[in-house]
Amino acid sequence: MSTATVLSSCAAENRSAFIGYLPVGFPDVARSVDAMRALVAGGADIVEVGMPYSDPTMDGPTIQAAGVQALAGGVRTRDIFTAVEAVAEAGATPVVMSYWNIVEQYGVDAFARDLAGVGGVGVVTPDLIPDEAAEWIAASDAHGLDRIFLVAPSSTPERLAYVAASTRGFVYAASTMGVTGTRTQVGDAAEQLVADTRAAGAEHVCVGLGVSTREQASEVGAYADGVIVGSALVNALDSGGPSALEARVAEFSAGVRDRG
Amino acid sequence: MDSELFSSPAAELPQGPYFGRFGGRFIPEALVAALDEIEEAFGKAVVDPEFTADLQRLHREYTGRPSLLTEAPRFAEHAGGARVFLKREDLNHTGSHKINNVLGQALLTKRMGKTRVIAETGAGQHGVATATAAALMGLECTVYMGAEDTERQSLNVARMRLLGAEVVAVDAGTRTLKDAINEAFRDWVASVDSTHYMFGTVAGPHPFPMLVRELQRIIGLESREQIQQRIGRLPDVVTACVGGGSNAIGMFHAFIPDSEVRLVGCEAGGVGADSNLHAASLTKGTLGVLHGARSLMLQDEDGQTVASHSISAGLDYPGVGPEHAWLHDTGRAEYRAVTDAEAMEAFRILCRTEGIIPAIESSHALAGALQLGRELGPEAVILVSLSGRGDKDVTTAGTYFGYLDANAQEA
Repeated sequence: MSTATVLSSCAAENRSAFIGYLPVGFPDVARSVDAMRALVAGGADIVEVGMPYSDPTMDGPTIQAAGVQALAGGVRTRDIFTAVEAVAEAGATPVVMSYWNIVEQYGVDAFARDLAGVGGVGVVTPDLIPDEAAEWIAASDAHGLDRIFLVAPSSTPERLAYVAASTRGFVYAASTMGVTGTRTQVGDAAEQLVADTRAAGAEHVCVGLGVSTREQASEVGAYADGVIVGSALVNALDSGGPSALEARVAEFSAGVRDRG
Repeated sequence: MDSELFSSPAAELPQGPYFGRFGGRFIPEALVAALDEIEEAFGKAVVDPEFTADLQRLHREYTGRPSLLTEAPRFAEHAGGARVFLKREDLNHTGSHKINNVLGQALLTKRMGKTRVIAETGAGQHGVATATAAALMGLECTVYMGAEDTERQSLNVARMRLLGAEVVAVDAGTRTLKDAINEAFRDWVASVDSTHYMFGTVAGPHPFPMLVRELQRIIGLESREQIQQRIGRLPDVVTACVGGGSNAIGMFHAFIPDSEVRLVGCEAGGVGADSNLHAASLTKGTLGVLHGARSLMLQDEDGQTVASHSISAGLDYPGVGPEHAWLHDTGRAEYRAVTDAEAMEAFRILCRTEGIIPAIESSHALAGALQLGRELGPEAVILVSLSGRGDKDVTTAGTYFGYLDANAQEA
């Protein structure tokens, strides 16, 4: 099921979707896959399977540290597909989030083919803008995958239109100018950005960066098609294991059903 | 030289974003507007006589340009008797070529109405230059430096702090230059309204490779004129060290149309280019994306960046600017890996034959000159970019050669 279908069915239930991010390989591959199953059991509609990377310029300390541990533990690109398959079997919609060099070294078309082969529906590309994405656009078309590009509060109206037109699935709106991590407030710019991105032609817009409480999830869920949470889940998994993770996931699932 | 300080788009040399199959912009969408703004501001600046005049005044009255061209005859005796000329970027204010770039970018920062600059630094030379330009122009300044580099280049850390900059030691990843760049990008994404990222080399997303090259191009422009005045002809070979590649591009660019002049870049071969301990991204690297550009780089099968190694902090970088990768591809420039040991031998020879203590980075180019002289013989004329001075390297070199007693090493 494409992300657009998931988001539309959530909208039909008059709620926002809950999108949870976890990196594969943290704390190790087997336990990261278990954690993703827990994420699905707790109510995540879409799971972003993150690929750890040596130079994660868009990530704050939490996800950086998890990535360092995963890479030290020997995580490989192919482990993504194990995690994606587990998420799909558990009944949620899996997408991958990866810095571009990882996909490029695997082979763009091969990555798309193998991802589609295990039930993955798309890729979030934090450091690939549509301007550089000709090969990815061709591969995602060939294998029927969503390509989830980002917009930011600094995006001009022309950029919003260009990104919206290049995207399939949903546009990922970065709530603030900054990197991933928990914040006490989600930027005021986020609501305006979602409205502007819709006005620029995007069918679905989900918001990420900084969401770490149930209240924030309902606040953002009131105007966005989906609420993306990453660092808060990694923190929960790190400090309290799968049970703490499940408890946090339940809060966010409730949050997106309670539109502020 | 006024007319050609900046290169003409009509010269048929690439101006970015792409250099052949290299370059581009692999960055978060959040930075697109800022990169566009820099490109636009620079495009306006180069056709504004006031900008050129301001920059030339700073070159002349602040940096001390034109830098000297010094013949090195006693050094040349070790280079097969070839004639060796040194382009003395080491005599610039702050001690290296890095000042050329930062003065131009600092003027640009003011033109864009920004009040703060950030920078990455490896050896500390770009950090010191940035802190200097920031002090000169009243800009707030934060410099990111890998924790390993703050330890091996502690004098430069103190220097930046003396100049009023905040120095942040980056403990992430390999704790060297690449991680400092990551951290600077993270700062920039969150601060881009007020802050200009004063990128120090010809790597990174467009327009940085073009911008930094244009600001360093003066090295080759001056050298080309000086050597012709001195000997009535162009050199046979021009050589420079390559980490990210800013002094090398600055030196090479004006010579690219001179097809009879060989351009030789010297990468850090570390313990040996066939070991895993080197920073030879052009001679040993593969095609990939790092820090916003497609170029050659050191990476594993999965595309994870591999840690580089060099005795010189300034060359200890697993990537290289896209224009060098293009020059390598087209064969217009050649690149060779110079080991730590070869560089330190050239360092020692220059100290003792010419009374000049070079930066360890620049010593890689000097080692290249020794090799090229021996290969080409006494008729050859070799021009070397002496990109920086070795004051910052005295502890490293003193330790390497055993010139420091135990107490001094501990201190």
